[in-house]
Amino acid sequence: MSGLTIVFSLFFYIAFNIFLVGILLKLWKYAATPAPLKIPQTPAPKTAAGVGFRMFQEVALFKSLFRGNKLVWLGGYIFHLGLLLVFIKHFRFLLPSTPLLLDNFVKYDLYTGFILLGALAFLFILRLAIDRHFFISVINDYLLLGLLMAIASTGLLSRFWPGGGVKANIPEIKAFVGGLFSFHPGPVPLNALFLIHFSLVMILLMYFPFSKMMHAFGVFFSPTRNQIDNSRQKRWGPWTVRTPGRPQPEEPVYAQPSFAVSDED
Amino acid sequence: MADPAVEKSPAEIVSEGQHNKDFKPPELTGEIGAPPVRDGMIVKGVTSAIKPHMAKPEIQSKLGFPETLVDNWEEVAVRKLGELLERYKSLQVYLDICVRCGSCTDKCQFYLGSSDPNNMPVARAELLRRVYKRYFTTEGRIFGKMAGAQKLDLGVLSDWYAYFHQCSQCRRCSVFCPYGIDTAEISMAAREIMDSIGLGQQYVNAILGKVHEIGNNLGMNPKALAATLESTEEDLEEETGQKIRLPLDEEGAEVLMVTPSADFFASPHVESLLGYAKVFHQAGISWTLSTAASEAGNFGMFIGNYSQMRKVASRVGVAIREMKTKRLVVGECGHAWRIAYSFWNTLIGPFDTLDPKYPAPQHICEFTLDLVKRGAIKLDKSANDEFTVTFHDSCNVARGSAMGDRPGGQFTIPRELIKASCSRFVDMDKDTIREKTFCCGGGGGLLTDEIMQIRVQGAMPRVQALNSVMQSDGVNFMALICAICKAQLTKVLPKYGIPVSVAGGVHQLVGRAIELGAKA
Repeated sequence: MSGLTIVFSLFFYIAFNIFLVGILLKLWKYAATPAPLKIPQTPAPKTAAGVGFRMFQEVALFKSLFRGNKLVWLGGYIFHLGLLLVFIKHFRFLLPSTPLLLDNFVKYDLYTGFILLGALAFLFILRLAIDRHFFISVINDYLLLGLLMAIASTGLLSRFWPGGGVKANIPEIKAFVGGLFSFHPGPVPLNALFLIHFSLVMILLMYFPFSKMMHAFGVFFSPTRNQIDNSRQKRWGPWTVRTPGRPQPEEPVYAQPSFAVSDED
Repeated sequence: MADPAVEKSPAEIVSEGQHNKDFKPPELTGEIGAPPVRDGMIVKGVTSAIKPHMAKPEIQSKLGFPETLVDNWEEVAVRKLGELLERYKSLQVYLDICVRCGSCTDKCQFYLGSSDPNNMPVARAELLRRVYKRYFTTEGRIFGKMAGAQKLDLGVLSDWYAYFHQCSQCRRCSVFCPYGIDTAEISMAAREIMDSIGLGQQYVNAILGKVHEIGNNLGMNPKALAATLESTEEDLEEETGQKIRLPLDEEGAEVLMVTPSADFFASPHVESLLGYAKVFHQAGISWTLSTAASEAGNFGMFIGNYSQMRKVASRVGVAIREMKTKRLVVGECGHAWRIAYSFWNTLIGPFDTLDPKYPAPQHICEFTLDLVKRGAIKLDKSANDEFTVTFHDSCNVARGSAMGDRPGGQFTIPRELIKASCSRFVDMDKDTIREKTFCCGGGGGLLTDEIMQIRVQGAMPRVQALNSVMQSDGVNFMALICAICKAQLTKVLPKYGIPVSVAGGVHQLVGRAIELGAKA
């Protein structure tokens, strides 16, 4: 195993572990923190199935964002959909043999990557062009968009720029990337575009748990969206759930004796 | 910089505001757009000096808060924030996951009315989020300002004191947030932190002290309350010729009525109290008010303090048991209804002594409409023929509660009741009603005169929509189901040149329309 293979393999394992452990720790934190009061927001479903449907609409269609801002919805929706498709397409580097459906998808779909890049550029421009959005943006918002655009660009170049020489390396890439997941990585392909693309993705993974990207998981913990509006039917008693190391809300005090009421003027 | 002769204490620097008496309300153009951009730049901080009076030491100490800004306030505030992060899932998740997509930026009435970009919901939340990032996140520690992280200094605290008191916790922004981030939760946490370092708000904290000591927000002691109700009963008899009662502390009554204390004598609130009394009288249902629970409102929510809110609410739990009532009905009050509907069963439940047919608090609109539908009371619409009515959905009712069995009952039930009481009803623009309703501009503990400017500016979207239907449909009555809306609008509408008589309660209409003595 060459020194470079060891370096990039280690890079992958470190990044992937930061990604996984970081997310799991955050999820534990979200799950363990109590929600002492019922704060579901209108239109609040009255059943668990209703909440499931509401969450589906939020995650699959970005319903609230659609009501709030059509331009951001357009950019954001296309970006996330593109990301999902591109993510699926990358499985051809992981699986030992590519399923026919995926193979055909990759063969005939020449656009998704460009649309993804376009959507990112659109979101970047919206931050600059709408004065309110410009006001609220912080540097890291642009950096993250920039990082994603760099990842998309290097990915597109490796596929569509013959001078990049990635095509010739595809079996090697499969052996390296697929091998990482079975702990037997092949030699790292010595292709500049691939190495840049790969490294940028590792940086993205390492940044993920510490950044606003946690919205992908956090949305499921949002009390205004995930609570059932059934306070009339079922008593919400957060003090009954005890999580180690967390403060507990105080229990009710209704059984107290009468209040002293002052008669003085 | 600072003249040593007039050197100010940190508490003064943070809490001192400017109270502009000559302030002119926004023009009624019919437009509720995001404020126009001047030269491509937004003017930051135009309302940064609008601040409520800081709570006096004796007020603070009654609630168990430090009397004035403590010396090590930075340390205490950061510790408090850490504590709240472990206590509230909402706060922890919402401070983490905002992506600054901008969806909420043009949704807040205080931004639309004031054009100060710090009143954009995400910008308001960022005031706290920056501090959270600086002290509690890896991203903030590594990237610092690039990630928007910021040290908690006097400037930041000063902004907190201004802008977290320019949020009425109405939750309109949250409707449009892809993750449901609720700025009310964030502003409640910020106020809780400020209380914990001795930086309280006079208006809200003084009222909480009055509730604990005397029993209601207005500070009416039992004698005064009994006397007021008695003289109101006499007025009612004079007006109607009927012995309509306003019972107080009558053990064994069927219904315990908990209503905002403003209903006992403020105008137009008292008109609704008369309405409730007529409904109970005509339906033949025995009822009682209670001195222990002579307040439906609960300002503990506004300062995000669970213990304060629980302590205020527990008065109701005591009253149910002492009066041995079978039903619990809540009067016209927005945040009180949110608390009654969503929080009471947690805070003071279970309601195991109530009639199993009505095991939860009911809103007076549900109660009355049910009687109308069953024919137990009759309403004569012609009594309100002089009115063309519209309805203002109170923010807390619209977005934080429900009525009836079906989703959306909080919108349909009051409207059905109004339509049963008058002949002409018109809704305002669809983007300003139901769950998209604007706050009146006075909710969340903002109902204090030193911040009148932001109250008037915050009322702008609601008043624009009202003015539009006044022009187009001749609307001359806006029915309300909230004591704060009533107090705020009667004060603010005249500043926009709209007569004060336009604002009134839903049960004001019911009280006029109800046919007394005409039992079938």
